[in-house]
Amino acid sequence: MTLTPLNAVFLGVILLLVIGFYGLLITRNLIKIVLVLQILVKAVVVALVLAGKASGNLGLGQSLAATVIVADTIVAVVALALAVQVRRRVGTLDLAKISTLRG
Amino acid sequence: METVDYILLGLGSAFCAYRAMISKHLLPSTLYLAGVSALVTVTLYLLGAYEVAVIELSVGAGLVTVLLVYVLSVIGEDVFDPTSIIPKPLAFLLVAGIGGLVIWMAYPLTIHPNTNGEVLLAEVLWKQRALDVWVQVALIFSGVMGVLGLLSEKAHPQEQEMPVHEIHAIHDEHAVAVQIEKEIHA
Repeated sequence: MTLTPLNAVFLGVILLLVIGFYGLLITRNLIKIVLVLQILVKAVVVALVLAGKASGNLGLGQSLAATVIVADTIVAVVALALAVQVRRRVGTLDLAKISTLRG
Repeated sequence: METVDYILLGLGSAFCAYRAMISKHLLPSTLYLAGVSALVTVTLYLLGAYEVAVIELSVGAGLVTVLLVYVLSVIGEDVFDPTSIIPKPLAFLLVAGIGGLVIWMAYPLTIHPNTNGEVLLAEVLWKQRALDVWVQVALIFSGVMGVLGLLSEKAHPQEQEMPVHEIHAIHDEHAVAVQIEKEIHA
């Protein structure tokens, strides 16, 4: 089976998704979590455009991708502001140390 | 040839993403994330999504990178603790399962040629998905307001709420105490 260009992009998207998920699972630093979330969203943006291209409706894929980019940027901005406040009040960005939940 | 380009772009962005994830310091991680954004932008451009490529480059590689560097300059670098909450082998197995499932469900991609002709992004965005535009406006507004509220430094509550006559009383008491101390020493 020959690898078509769109399938090559799809494999790249899966690579980014896998790295993003893995980073999200193993990361404890708040800022690093925002960073890894960005990687995941970039994979999703490429996947949306790819789906639009494959279904012959690139405009719709681009529209959804733009919405996702805006939403993700707002999430990153608010999360970073929260991280700054957490660092000022608690003194650390480690999730395990700032968590008050005990199982 | 086009396939080779996409493979190289995918491998490059995956490498940058991996380096951003495992780097012990946050500043190199931020720069590698900007590299991921740049490579993703090239991929989007080659796919024909020119408008989204421009947005991704300006927002992903520009705004978010500047924001991360600013936050790092404000709070400084934390010593990065490499130990993860869940064991790394378990995380690797979970992620491998997810990746395998996605490949099993969607690979290879089936191409559906559009018989109705290409619809422009502007037409989709302003006519078919107008609600998305309003949601984006609300998101941007709420994001700006949230950041202003979170980053604003509030005055100390005791200083803020103390009436003026109480402040004068404290000053008078302090002056009396100093006077008594002088008399004792004399």
